Amino acid sequence: MTTEPAPLITLLGTTALLFEPAGETTLSTQQRIWALAREALAWPEIREAVPGMNNLMLAFACPPRSLAPLETRLHAAWQAAAPLPLDGRVIDLPVVYGGERGPHLADVVSHTGLGVDEIVERHAGALYPVYAIGSHPGYCYLGGMDARIATPRRQVPVLSIPGGSVSIGGAQTGVSASAGPSGWNTIGATTARFFDVAQHPPTLLHPGDSIRFRIEKVIR
Amino acid sequence: MIEILSESALATVQDLGRLGALSWGVGVSGAMDPLALEAGNLLLGNAPDAAAIEVQIFPFQVRFDAACAFAVTGGGGPVRLGERELPPWWCGMAAAGEVLRLGVPKRGTTHGSRAYLCLAGGVDVPPVLNSRSTQLRGAFGGHEGRGLRRGDRLAAGTLGWGARPLWFGIVPPSLTLPCERDGLPAVRVLPAAEYDSFTPASQQAFWAEPWTITPQSDRYGYRLSGPVLEAIAFRELRSHGIVPGVIQVPRGGQPIVQMRDAQPSGGYPKIGTVIDADLWRLGQAPIGSRFRFIEASWDEALAAADETRRWLASIERLVGLHTLGTGGR
Repeated sequence: MTTEPAPLITLLGTTALLFEPAGETTLSTQQRIWALAREALAWPEIREAVPGMNNLMLAFACPPRSLAPLETRLHAAWQAAAPLPLDGRVIDLPVVYGGERGPHLADVVSHTGLGVDEIVERHAGALYPVYAIGSHPGYCYLGGMDARIATPRRQVPVLSIPGGSVSIGGAQTGVSASAGPSGWNTIGATTARFFDVAQHPPTLLHPGDSIRFRIEKVIR
Repeated sequence: MIEILSESALATVQDLGRLGALSWGVGVSGAMDPLALEAGNLLLGNAPDAAAIEVQIFPFQVRFDAACAFAVTGGGGPVRLGERELPPWWCGMAAAGEVLRLGVPKRGTTHGSRAYLCLAGGVDVPPVLNSRSTQLRGAFGGHEGRGLRRGDRLAAGTLGWGARPLWFGIVPPSLTLPCERDGLPAVRVLPAAEYDSFTPASQQAFWAEPWTITPQSDRYGYRLSGPVLEAIAFRELRSHGIVPGVIQVPRGGQPIVQMRDAQPSGGYPKIGTVIDADLWRLGQAPIGSRFRFIEASWDEALAAADETRRWLASIERLVGLHTLGTGGR
């Protein structure tokens, strides 16, 4: 652990800082990010600790007069951070693949050279840990997709895809929690509700939970 | 109660923003010009973070059902209560049935883009996740999670000065807290993580050249046009948290400044971040206008924030003097 390059700490204006460890994106690094987030949230100058993909944003309660002591504390806490166990729930999401709600399944077929059945089986065959929540209310950044079905983001983003759309963007997959623009390839749809302000907490999923996609139907 | 008389979906209920919900994917929202919102609230004896109506399209008209103290701050055109014209950044008292009109800015004049209609006690919509700001993507907060429409009725809270006969104002911060460089408005910027991955020529152009706010600019973000900023090597970043003010540079080399409705995470290279104390200046900068970025140090950025706090404290003192005779709060 002492041989790893020092993580980068950079400013997001006077509002927040960004902490970025070096190296490939891994689940174990993410588990340490969760541990660091939990600890930093207890510091008086920190208002919010927001995990990203193998990085952490710390929003200031009030910007500190001097940054150096905070940076020192952050590096020390990272060195000491032990991975939090992945002991969240596993949520099954039934997905209708293809058809009107999966308009880009054909693009994944042509990019990967795999058949529809194989793409669907590989997509539904993995367990996807929730690394972080971000982008829009209730949206989950997931790890764990089979590299064989990775498909580049679309050249031209789609202006709006409906909530519940299951999509592939590069080596990642995700489910949009509400309607909005997207540059990813939409391959299917689920009916789960990911965000409800009437609930506390309002998100269906949390970092450490996992998603399993279940094949409800494949429309060719 | 007030009734919205204008068809204006771009008018929304906003407060100082939704803090503490980033980890659920919920961005901050809030007033594009938080200084105008806070000043308007101070004029009325409201809590600084009380909710108001942010108006982006003019004219905009409301009718008061009952007597109510109000303030109009920020940008926009001439403001009229019935037949009386209000000076800018002014508070007054509307009688029941009176119509308040926020007019179209006169062409060729220097004006801001967004006006804030503050009501004594604040606009009384239910707080959602600790804020009354409208979250458009999530369709919650504000008034039914959407922009305002003709016929919508909004209640005012019960605090503040209530229905006291007010008629005074303040000097706008564009005059008292000016920030300019070489004849153009300017905002201060702290370099961000990928600053060093831009070519020296692009770094220099970023500070030296004026930037134009394109029509593809709104509460989500401002797309700028100016010199093409070239990265030494374009990197796709891992998704990470971002905040309003972050200046992203996508592959095309034209920067996008994230504004209040920006999503709370992103992955484009960041050349810098507009300091929080200056974000209101951009919030008021009209489409088509030009401005400059000024490089700031951490200490300069904090000093700018202190200067803003002092300006707000001076308003509070002024309001105290104006309201002494009427019994104070």
